[in-house]
Amino acid sequence: MLTLLGVAVVVVGFVIRLNPLLVIGAAAFVTGWAAGLSPVEILDALGKAFNENRYVSLLWLILPLIGLLERYGLQERARMLIGRIRAVTVGRLLLLYFIIRQVTASLGLTSLGGHPQMVRPLIAPMAEAAAEKELGTISDDTRFRIRANAAAVDNVALFFGEDVFIAIGSILLIKGFLQQSGIIVQPFELSVWAIPTAVLALLIQGTRVLLLDRRLRRDAPRAAE
Amino acid sequence: MITLQFCYLVAGLAFGSFAVLSATDRTNRKRFGNAMFWGLFASSFLFGSYLSDWQNGLLVLALIVLGGCNLLGHGKPTTATLDERRDSAVWRGNWLFAPALLVPAIALLGTLFLKQVQIGVLPLLDVKNLTVISLVLGIVVALAVAMLWLKPRPLAPPQEGRRLADMVGWAIILPQLLASLGAIFALSGVGKAVGEIATHCLPLDKPLEAVVAYCVGMAAFTAIMGNAFAAFPVMTAAIGLPLIVHQFHGNPAIMAAIGMLSGFCGTLTTPMAANFNIVPAALLELPDRNGVIKVQLPTAGLMLIANTLLMYFLVFRF
Repeated sequence: MLTLLGVAVVVVGFVIRLNPLLVIGAAAFVTGWAAGLSPVEILDALGKAFNENRYVSLLWLILPLIGLLERYGLQERARMLIGRIRAVTVGRLLLLYFIIRQVTASLGLTSLGGHPQMVRPLIAPMAEAAAEKELGTISDDTRFRIRANAAAVDNVALFFGEDVFIAIGSILLIKGFLQQSGIIVQPFELSVWAIPTAVLALLIQGTRVLLLDRRLRRDAPRAAE
Repeated sequence: MITLQFCYLVAGLAFGSFAVLSATDRTNRKRFGNAMFWGLFASSFLFGSYLSDWQNGLLVLALIVLGGCNLLGHGKPTTATLDERRDSAVWRGNWLFAPALLVPAIALLGTLFLKQVQIGVLPLLDVKNLTVISLVLGIVVALAVAMLWLKPRPLAPPQEGRRLADMVGWAIILPQLLASLGAIFALSGVGKAVGEIATHCLPLDKPLEAVVAYCVGMAAFTAIMGNAFAAFPVMTAAIGLPLIVHQFHGNPAIMAAIGMLSGFCGTLTTPMAANFNIVPAALLELPDRNGVIKVQLPTAGLMLIANTLLMYFLVFRF
């Protein structure tokens, strides 16, 4: 039971909003200590795991490209594009992105979205432009709410879309785990049962982004005062 | 053969350039903090494979101290003004999207088609890490295309990259560090301990109770670990297989598929899933670090209820 102390460190650390790096460092040492490891062994384990997980950080290589394109007006272009489409609202735009993101993820194309590649340079500026077109100047709070919703749409669409694809990591993990336990299932049998959840996610998040439109309209006059 | 090692070399050079440019940036009061942070991160990519475990461990500790004790500032490299950006956007038009879209296009084509390409007897890409390598290849090609087309000064890409990297700041290493914490949790048997609590402290003698315990347990344990992949084996071995499948004769495929999706509901709620929840808040310059999580909470709650009901009504029927 003592090994759960590290989990407690994480929970408390995040709740009192300490810097996450310090929280994780502390949790690593507390957990290792509770499991009877020496400080050097913990340092070894931490260094080894960090080194083996370097591929997680390779996505950041996209920053120079996105930054360069922003220097030449990528975000402004995304805004202009939205300014020309009359029927667009924040909610409709995010719903459209949700559908594209979920459908492509369900075909295994999970790299077609993401926060550094799509949300920051394209989707968030487009959503802000849609709000400005309809409501005029928007307050900072509104701007941040729209951005957070753009990020949420990317996450929800990805999570509840990718498992419909038969060769995604989580489906393969399930197949492997069940196989170890003596149960043979085909990836297709698993991914087909991800479809009802995918449809419900579309309905729930779709409704929420369309309701966001109403909320933005309601808050707009107050922000203008 | 292009391997992960090649990608790490590229990443090492990129972060190394951020470090050098940070050190010379007099607009940043904490420029040496930034230079050391990006420099150490670059060393991890360049030399990590040749360092011993404890040396890598010390490197991680140094990164934690630099990032955790507020020793990083924001560099302000000279970039284009808003007017220049607007002018460029007007006259370059929608072609500006092309390099950004080239990245996923190449990543996709690489994953699908480069598997069989060989030079002599060696494959062109290391097949084990095809997706990641294809992505890096896409970024490098797209950047080369953008450079040829836009003809910026040679230092523009690292300077612009540093502008964004400083904005994300210490959160850049958070996903990788959380993955490492996961390894320590696994080594110390945290998962097993949670599984024992879940099975011993809950009354689970009806099908509905087992389904609720499994789905909610997946979400809660995922929120703690930041990753449904870590929660799935533990919760499924503790509740899913013994109770839902063996005792109540549920369908294992439905149990596992919807169980994993219940875990994803937990992912939406936790700062531990940094690359989905904390990193975008930094990238989008939100003042509230948990701004994205707050927006996701209602969806996570509704989806968890939906998944639990779906499992209850489907798992014993098929």
